[in-house]
Amino acid sequence: MDDLYRDYILEHYRHPHNFGVLDAPTASYEGSNPLCGDRITMMLGISDGIVREVAFTGRGCAISQASASLLTDEIKGKTVEEVEGMTPDDLLELIGIEISPARLKCALLSLDTVAHALADEAAEKAEPDGSASAPSSTSA
Amino acid sequence: MADLATTGPTSQAAPARLDPYRLRGDFPILSTANRFGKPLVYLDSAATSLKPLAVIEAVDGYNREYSANIHRGIYEMAERATGAYEETRVKIARLINAPDPHEIVFVRNATEAINLVAYSWGRRNIGRGDTIVLTEMEHHANLVPWQLVVQEMDGDLEFVPITDDGILRLEVYEVLLHLRPKLIAFTHVSNMLGTVNPVREMTEMAHAAGALVLIDGAQAVPHMPVDVREIGADFYVFSGHKMLGPTGSGALWARRELLEAMPPFMAGGDMIREVHLRRSEWNEVPYKFEAGTPDIAAEIGMGAAADYLMNLGMEAVRVHEQDLARYALDVLPREVPGIELYGPAAELRGGVVSFNLPGIHPHDVAQILDRSGICVRAGHHCTMPLHERFDLAATARASFNVYTVPEEIDALAVGLREVTRIFDR
Ligand SMILES: Cc1ncc(COP(=O)(O)O)c(C=O)c1O
Repeated sequence: MDDLYRDYILEHYRHPHNFGVLDAPTASYEGSNPLCGDRITMMLGISDGIVREVAFTGRGCAISQASASLLTDEIKGKTVEEVEGMTPDDLLELIGIEISPARLKCALLSLDTVAHALADEAAEKAEPDGSASAPSSTSA
Repeated sequence: MADLATTGPTSQAAPARLDPYRLRGDFPILSTANRFGKPLVYLDSAATSLKPLAVIEAVDGYNREYSANIHRGIYEMAERATGAYEETRVKIARLINAPDPHEIVFVRNATEAINLVAYSWGRRNIGRGDTIVLTEMEHHANLVPWQLVVQEMDGDLEFVPITDDGILRLEVYEVLLHLRPKLIAFTHVSNMLGTVNPVREMTEMAHAAGALVLIDGAQAVPHMPVDVREIGADFYVFSGHKMLGPTGSGALWARRELLEAMPPFMAGGDMIREVHLRRSEWNEVPYKFEAGTPDIAAEIGMGAAADYLMNLGMEAVRVHEQDLARYALDVLPREVPGIELYGPAAELRGGVVSFNLPGIHPHDVAQILDRSGICVRAGHHCTMPLHERFDLAATARASFNVYTVPEEIDALAVGLREVTRIFDR
């Protein structure tokens, strides 16, 4: 009866995939929706331009946590470029339920946090040779 | 009860009980259904109240019949608009027992009223090292404007802490008063905990220490008798849209001497007596603070709302909503296993009940309740520091008004059990 709270969403919420911490992430970022108190820390292990490992911790509503669980499954093994190219619509399709406007922020927090982690990493890489410019906002 | 409307909230006649079932007919929105065909169970009145026909018609009447600007035209329609607008000032003064309608300044909402005082009075009277005392339970509207003042003027903020039951710790307040603060600003009723604060006692203590007092009445004026003379406050603010009136209406009350000494907050038309190219003379109080064309229709609507409430009798409104709070505090823990409730006992609270279901985010709670047509607020309700105080990311909140009936609290209990069922399956 309840579209939003399909079994698989609740299953991801109760038993999120990739929940935990990486010992030595190459990129990480803590994202939050202060308005609702959702909070996610994304950790990525990147080598040769590929996301080899990913983990997240956090607390929040079922939508934000299930979204992070699904997203981390999706990006593992992808190239950084592919991940950077993911749009909010890609993530919403992955989540597969209809999200009301009021809950979009919850659903998209995970992707937003990944984008920030990647942007920070790119900025750090650019730093040593002095050519660093502030990362323009990522496609997400 | 018609005489109550003229004698005001100080009338000590035994309060008639209010019949919420009958007056629900006055609120057209209550006969609507949501997209699932479920009738509306509106439990978010602390965010904004529903509007009775009398208010809708007052706004409509202005727009249809006499939508002229005020204080300007010579023709009959303009006089009618000015008359209705100024009549609202009289009604609002009566509602809070202000001694003089000219002490009522119309603003868009409580937030604007507090900002007006912060900019105009605050920047004149708060200097380096001066202290403003607030409480841990303030709405952001009564916190952030003061943060700006003390940052700019190099002053300090102090906060009266609360107990785990959500009651202000007056023994700490007393100690803070030794700092000789210039201003104490606190809410009359907490929009998260529902706590009704001892405003009169706190005002007396502040005055004895030489401080002025601003009271945020956004959650009090709609729900209980408020008598600014009895309280003895210096500034009192509230919003029209939480007291059955339209959005865009609100009021600041302040003692006349204070208003007269304060510089204008915004400048422009209507607030001046004489304008020359290089200087102007201010209009008298309260017009000095009402620059530009106000939301005339909304303020007139707030006047109709004040009439509506005074007709019910504020004492009856208070009794009704306290009964609802008592009922909710009794029924919810019994019917919804594990529910956590915040705030004091019913004797000390208004019609506000904040809660959590263990392990379930309030957003999810609110979303599932929405399927049953039940509207509750989920989030931090513009009280982030208060949520931090309780180490909570967010809460869900049910809040009541004159049209709320116990059956809606029963529906909430059933809805919450459904939430638990969905998350436990
Ligand atoms: C206690 C309190 N103060 C101030 C406000 C601000 O009211 P408004 O948004 O109408 O300015 C609110 C509204 O949520 C409130 O509950």
